[in-house]
Amino acid sequence: MTIRHATDAALASIVDPAQQLGRATVDTLSAMGRFGLFLAQALFWLLVPPFKVGQTLQRISFIGARSMSIILLTGGFTGMVLGLQGMLLLRRVGSEAFVGPAVAVSLIRELGPVLAALMVTGRAGSAIAAEIGVMRITEQIDALTVMALHPMRYLVVPTIVAGLIAFPILNWVFDVVGIFGGYLIAVKLFGLSSGTYFGQIQAFLSTTDIWVGFWKSLAFGVVVTWVACYKGFYVGHGAEGVGRATTESVVLASVMIFVLDYLMGSILP
Amino acid sequence: MVMAQPLAGEREVAASDGPPPIQIENLQKRFGTQPVLRGVDLHVGPGELMVVIGRSGGGKSVLLRHILGLVRPDAGRIVIAGQDLTRLRGRALDRVRERFGVVFQGGALFDSLTVLQNVLFPIKEKSRLPVAQLLPRAQEALAQVGLADMGHKFPAEISGGMRKRVAIARALVTEPKVVFLDEPTTGLDPILVNSIHHLIVTLHRQFNFTAIMVSHEIPEIFRIADRVAVLNEGRIRQVGTPAEIEGSKDRVVRQFIQGEVETEAR
Repeated sequence: MTIRHATDAALASIVDPAQQLGRATVDTLSAMGRFGLFLAQALFWLLVPPFKVGQTLQRISFIGARSMSIILLTGGFTGMVLGLQGMLLLRRVGSEAFVGPAVAVSLIRELGPVLAALMVTGRAGSAIAAEIGVMRITEQIDALTVMALHPMRYLVVPTIVAGLIAFPILNWVFDVVGIFGGYLIAVKLFGLSSGTYFGQIQAFLSTTDIWVGFWKSLAFGVVVTWVACYKGFYVGHGAEGVGRATTESVVLASVMIFVLDYLMGSILP
Repeated sequence: MVMAQPLAGEREVAASDGPPPIQIENLQKRFGTQPVLRGVDLHVGPGELMVVIGRSGGGKSVLLRHILGLVRPDAGRIVIAGQDLTRLRGRALDRVRERFGVVFQGGALFDSLTVLQNVLFPIKEKSRLPVAQLLPRAQEALAQVGLADMGHKFPAEISGGMRKRVAIARALVTEPKVVFLDEPTTGLDPILVNSIHHLIVTLHRQFNFTAIMVSHEIPEIFRIADRVAVLNEGRIRQVGTPAEIEGSKDRVVRQFIQGEVETEAR
């Protein structure tokens, strides 16, 4: 009897971790499947009229217009930091004339889309996840469902469309303000001529760079709104669940922005 | 004891203008290893107001969520107007749901809309008519629940009792044939409980819908229900008129309606 118990215990110590690992793998795969399916459903409802124009405009205002001040502030300072570091570095090799292209290309190809997306994730993405999460736990999403009004159409599609429209605009604003931030430092502080600063940008910046930034901002717009809606939609229980969904949406969207930035950076010209 | 028995023939009743019957057969649901519904059988006649009572966590709200198509059962059928809801998906399910009115436990009013916009919402979204033509209907629904002058307020600005009334107005503005009420009086004082119950009975008589109401309000619900079903441990323990339930000899039913603390093994 004792030997059998010992054998059972030994067997359990091997099987239990294996079972747990198996369960965790299945759970992770099923969550990933659900995450992908969520976007597929949203894209399907994107094509099915009637389109909720009013909700979409509200979302554009929420994601875009209300993020403008933080984009202006962070864009300006990012450009100033790039201008300062660029001037300090390039002056050592006597190439300070190239500070304009250094600031502009870094902003337009990389920093503009990434930092603007991160700012909007923190401000609007978290709020969207919390709002949809509260709607879920207070049965407002169920109410939409039993009214035969699909929540995807009313909540998710307008948010994703708003992301597609607002993110590129915020990105451009970030880039332009950033370039002027760099101008302030290079021209007004270090005395570089204005013509050199903008002339070199014109000479070095290509339309490809602008397109790369545009495609990235579009992709980040989808990612941030998709993650926020998904986390809100499948929120846990109570206030704790909403808090967790909000945090997870910011963390996941931020990580996905960096991963996608790398992938797109290596694929796009 | 009157057990839940399906009535032959009514399953075939087609969708019509009258209130449809609801037939639930052997409904089973398990969450993980926990069985919640162990084979619920219940028949609700056309135009009947059935109140489902039972202990907290006994599966009443889960039963309601199954009927609304928000949860899929492991086994069993839910037949409304001749259609098995458990087999319907997408547009077909939506078509049945369009005949429903639902009052959720917390009201489930949309925070971002005013009281009037909340009531207007379901008809506005389903109608091609301009809002100006639909507005009187929403205002009338609000007036019927005694909140005609509260339309401009947001849900957060009105009391819990008022929110329940708005939820009832929103559920009935589409003139549904089937109404579900999930504990519509939870958290209200006794005067408000009676006032909401009175409102439900009045509207039920006026609009003649089939209704299932989940409630804990004993003995108040005995004054408003056509029949009462007692849900215990995932099964319908007894169904009967309020008088039959009040006079039940079943130990579990008596224990529940008299609010006795369980002291002996069943």
